[in-house]
Amino acid sequence: MSLTAQQAAVPPVSVAPVLEGRGLTKYFSVKHGRGIFPGTARLFAVDDVTIALAAGTVTALVGESGSGKTTVARMLAKIINPDGGAVLLDGKPVPHGRPRSYARQVQMVFQDPFASLNPIHRISYNLVRPLTIHHLGGDDLNEAVEELLRRVALEPPQQYTRKFPHELSGGQRQRVAIARALSVRPRVLLADEPVSMLDVSIRLGILNLLADLRDRDHLAILYVTHDIASARYLADTIVVMYAGQVVETAPSERLTDHPAHPYTQLLLSAAPDPDRAEPPSLAGSGAPPSLITPPSGCRFHPRCPHAMAICSTTAPPSVTVGPGHASNCWLHVDESRRVPDHPDVVAAKASSTSLRPPAAPPPIGTTQMRRTEEDRSME
Amino acid sequence: MSTDVTTLLTGPEPAPTSRGSRAIRMPRSPKIIAGLVILAVFAVLAIIGPAIAPYSPNEINQNWVKITCQQGPGLCIGEIKDGVPGGYVPLEVPLGPSSAHPLGTTLLGQDVWSQLLNSTRPTLVVAFLAGLVATALSILIGVSAGYLGGSADEGLSLLSNVFLAIPGLPLLIVLASYVPGADTSVIVIGLIVALTGWAYGSRVLRAQTLSLRNRDFVEAARVSGEGRLRIILAEVMPNLLPIIASSFLFTTLYAIGAYVSLAFLGLAGTPTSSPPGPWNWGIMLQQVFDNNAVNTGYWWWWLPPGICIALVGTSLALLNFGIDEFINPRLRAVGLTRKAARKAGISFRATLGFTPVMGGRKAPVAPVSGSNDGRGGSSR
Amino acid sequence: MSEMSPPALAPRTPTHSSTREAEPVLEIRGLNVDYGFGTEAVHAVVDCDLVLRRGQVLGLAGESGSGKSTLSMAAIRLLRSPGVITGGEVLFHPRPVEGDSSDPTIDLLRADEAELRRVRWSEISVVFQSALNALNPVITIGAQFDDLLKVHRPHLSSSERWDRGVELLEMVGMTGDRLRSYSHELSGGMRQRAMIAMALALEPQVMILDEPTTALDVVTQREILEELMGLRDRLGFAALFITHDLSLLVELADEIVVMYAGRLMERAPAASLFRAPRVPYTYGLLHCFPPMHGERKPMEGIPGSPPDLRALPSGCSFHPRCPWAMERCRKETPVLTRLDASGREAACWLHSGGATVPAELAMVDPGDRGPSAATRRVAR
Repeated sequence: MSLTAQQAAVPPVSVAPVLEGRGLTKYFSVKHGRGIFPGTARLFAVDDVTIALAAGTVTALVGESGSGKTTVARMLAKIINPDGGAVLLDGKPVPHGRPRSYARQVQMVFQDPFASLNPIHRISYNLVRPLTIHHLGGDDLNEAVEELLRRVALEPPQQYTRKFPHELSGGQRQRVAIARALSVRPRVLLADEPVSMLDVSIRLGILNLLADLRDRDHLAILYVTHDIASARYLADTIVVMYAGQVVETAPSERLTDHPAHPYTQLLLSAAPDPDRAEPPSLAGSGAPPSLITPPSGCRFHPRCPHAMAICSTTAPPSVTVGPGHASNCWLHVDESRRVPDHPDVVAAKASSTSLRPPAAPPPIGTTQMRRTEEDRSME
Repeated sequence: MSTDVTTLLTGPEPAPTSRGSRAIRMPRSPKIIAGLVILAVFAVLAIIGPAIAPYSPNEINQNWVKITCQQGPGLCIGEIKDGVPGGYVPLEVPLGPSSAHPLGTTLLGQDVWSQLLNSTRPTLVVAFLAGLVATALSILIGVSAGYLGGSADEGLSLLSNVFLAIPGLPLLIVLASYVPGADTSVIVIGLIVALTGWAYGSRVLRAQTLSLRNRDFVEAARVSGEGRLRIILAEVMPNLLPIIASSFLFTTLYAIGAYVSLAFLGLAGTPTSSPPGPWNWGIMLQQVFDNNAVNTGYWWWWLPPGICIALVGTSLALLNFGIDEFINPRLRAVGLTRKAARKAGISFRATLGFTPVMGGRKAPVAPVSGSNDGRGGSSR
Repeated sequence: MSEMSPPALAPRTPTHSSTREAEPVLEIRGLNVDYGFGTEAVHAVVDCDLVLRRGQVLGLAGESGSGKSTLSMAAIRLLRSPGVITGGEVLFHPRPVEGDSSDPTIDLLRADEAELRRVRWSEISVVFQSALNALNPVITIGAQFDDLLKVHRPHLSSSERWDRGVELLEMVGMTGDRLRSYSHELSGGMRQRAMIAMALALEPQVMILDEPTTALDVVTQREILEELMGLRDRLGFAALFITHDLSLLVELADEIVVMYAGRLMERAPAASLFRAPRVPYTYGLLHCFPPMHGERKPMEGIPGSPPDLRALPSGCSFHPRCPWAMERCRKETPVLTRLDASGREAACWLHSGGATVPAELAMVDPGDRGPSAATRRVAR
């Protein structure tokens, strides 16, 4: 595995995305209120999220539970249909429903390897089916299955094909799940917390396998996780979500070393880190907001230690704060421009988190970056 | 194979002890074995019963004695009731158990053992036919409702709710009275019973399908491009099997009750009428009741059909319990019963909330090198 | 992470932090726990010794199946069937009573139910991973405090009990009006806080925290842990903190014990364990957590998977996954032995019998030169 070489070779910003979600929005109807006749309310699980996955890169989607990260992955997998926005494959909108041709391009790995394999089917069945559906098996299905198992380092493959899922360990099951996803030779792999249910000692093995698939097979991988340290380890780009919205996007090391959004700073300050010399001081407090009645303006403002007047009234634009680094925060907008609904704001918002430079770049640069670092050191 | 001890503690993982195929493991439960044995005995009786019956169930003992009617002439003279010539009663009837009549005779001198043997087949045929048809209906309606969701679910749920809400016995009575052939054909009566008995299973299957529908493995099948029918048949249905089996047993049990009730009410035909209806345990009980046999102490007449109904019911219930234990490993008595402890030579008080401590300080556990009994390979 | 250091096991003068000098409050000696009986028994915990001292946070780290939860639940005899304690003793030392010279020590494994009931919760309380399961869903949080205090603090009046409930909730960062809430109305973090408040209600001397924050988000986890450690400093209870997250323990615990396949592998002060692990498994486990800073380097984790307790490898259970395994490791099971004067212990053949210790396992022990977790917290 060559993490560092890979990053140098393929700067994620310049690559055209294979799979893109533009302005994805998803709401769920939930019971709201008490009594015999509770009303229904809309819970905005995901609100206007734009994300792009490029070939040969891992994009990590980081957030707490309820941030909408899994919902984004499921919309990209077309397990659920977005209520707004579109999923684009190679720049073309994907038709409604779940066409088989889409299944050949985009595959998904689920969080719980104990639930994602049907307990009644042998391992070979799980791998043969996708091959049969998409007429990929060729002459020798057995050979194809064994090749798949070898690719996910389950060797010797003959030892696994006849087994049932419950005869395998969690790590082995997750490898089978990955092999199943790979069986159709997809170009995009959506991995929804693929290691969070596994024992710590085998997590890196799975992460390294994903890195290997990116490097060797040039897959575009979405790595959904709540563990920012593993995102830093595996991903090229990290996208941070909070309360259904994207708050920050940056190359992974840049994001963890120089977080620009106060929420990212809070996440980093709370993450376990044995190397820390001093006990951490949390950069903020409280819990994520209700998604039925989200806070006005910036959704993080009730918890934000830097909240200003404008934060509670107007949602912040996406501001480019460095190469490939965008943060949705008023702190990075020049003071004179912190005006609600300024044309630039609208323009910036439209370009949102698409990793491309915004159409009208707001004044950015080192001054703002420095400010955030001062902010952090003040804590 | 996984031996996650925290899992043993909390138990969310499906049967970690299973080796190889599950189906082979199942009959080990004593409940299932007992249930299967009882059911097998009745199945054999149903098949060979009529052939080994010593008499015809309708055959009336010809040792009649002409009597003068004690209760007044209008009651018995000239009447033919149940094939008995008016003014005649059998000699010392009913006869108690004897070598000629192992279970004695009825008031008409009919052999109870032969009646029992002839009744087994129609009763079981109706029960299992109704069970099968009702289960098929409940799978069709319940699984479709659960998997399809939306308006299909609402329509199908409404249908099963309506059938659940209608009181079963009155509907049965109405159907049995008006459907032609209900008094002679076990097939017709079986279908009628099935029609009134599928709704409950359908509700259970719908609920279970709903929970399976969004399981990761079903979604994984969808993501890999599987078609809808294939997902239902190959991914969802096999996981419903224990519930389907349980639902089938439950409906079969219900069908026995329903058929016996109908026969008891005289709605399932009479064997002596023309065309003759089938013998069954309900008819036998009806005749017992008509002749006041319970109160007069003719136990050999009413006890056998009662016991048969109870035994078949018990066997079905035992099978159901066994399946329950199979589905829910928590119900399985996992080794640590007092009996097992005593067998292992350990005495302790097994009280809820207090982990037992084996007496005395144990010698250090021997090196575990020998514990690898060739089941290596997979590990966790 | 840590840079390589010369392979020197410099003998150090014993330096003790304050908590290590403190007297023990809970001593586990030679504890053996099995699941099941006889030939089917799985040895989940084998010959474990632990000492928890007053005011100490003792971290117990291990993967699933390592026996960490089993060990702690067995120590207070809360382990569910089929768990059986097959040997050892668990000594609880209550606070000495003024003027009473008799030894108040209780062996929890020999104690009867009344004694256990007296000790549980009022002296040793437990916080589980899932507060939703531990809290009663049908009565309010306040009513649960009320029940608890009514039983154990009978002299309190109803309003005093309520006030105590408010006080406890405020102690864990909740508002007193939450006493009127049901557990399902609280967020996961709030529920776990309420659970901690309840565990503190009777001012226990020992708290067993079994993955108390594993199900929570990092921010909530951090908040709760900060509060918990603040309370520990204020109230002086000792905590046995069980988790799979070694990186969290390093920040939190005074001393850490690492378990693998039912045995203790290493015991050391947190900083020593992190900077200078002595056992290959600890070393591997520490390298399973990608760092938050510095250059990104490929890491390998630990090859293979955790063992099946029913088919443990011979000798040292870790040897199939160990890069430094020797012939001896396959045959003999190492026991926890004191390494040097510093008091840290390891169960590894590399540290005895003249084996060459690899450089990775011989880094300089920072000992108490750096501020320990405890002193760091106090300094704040």
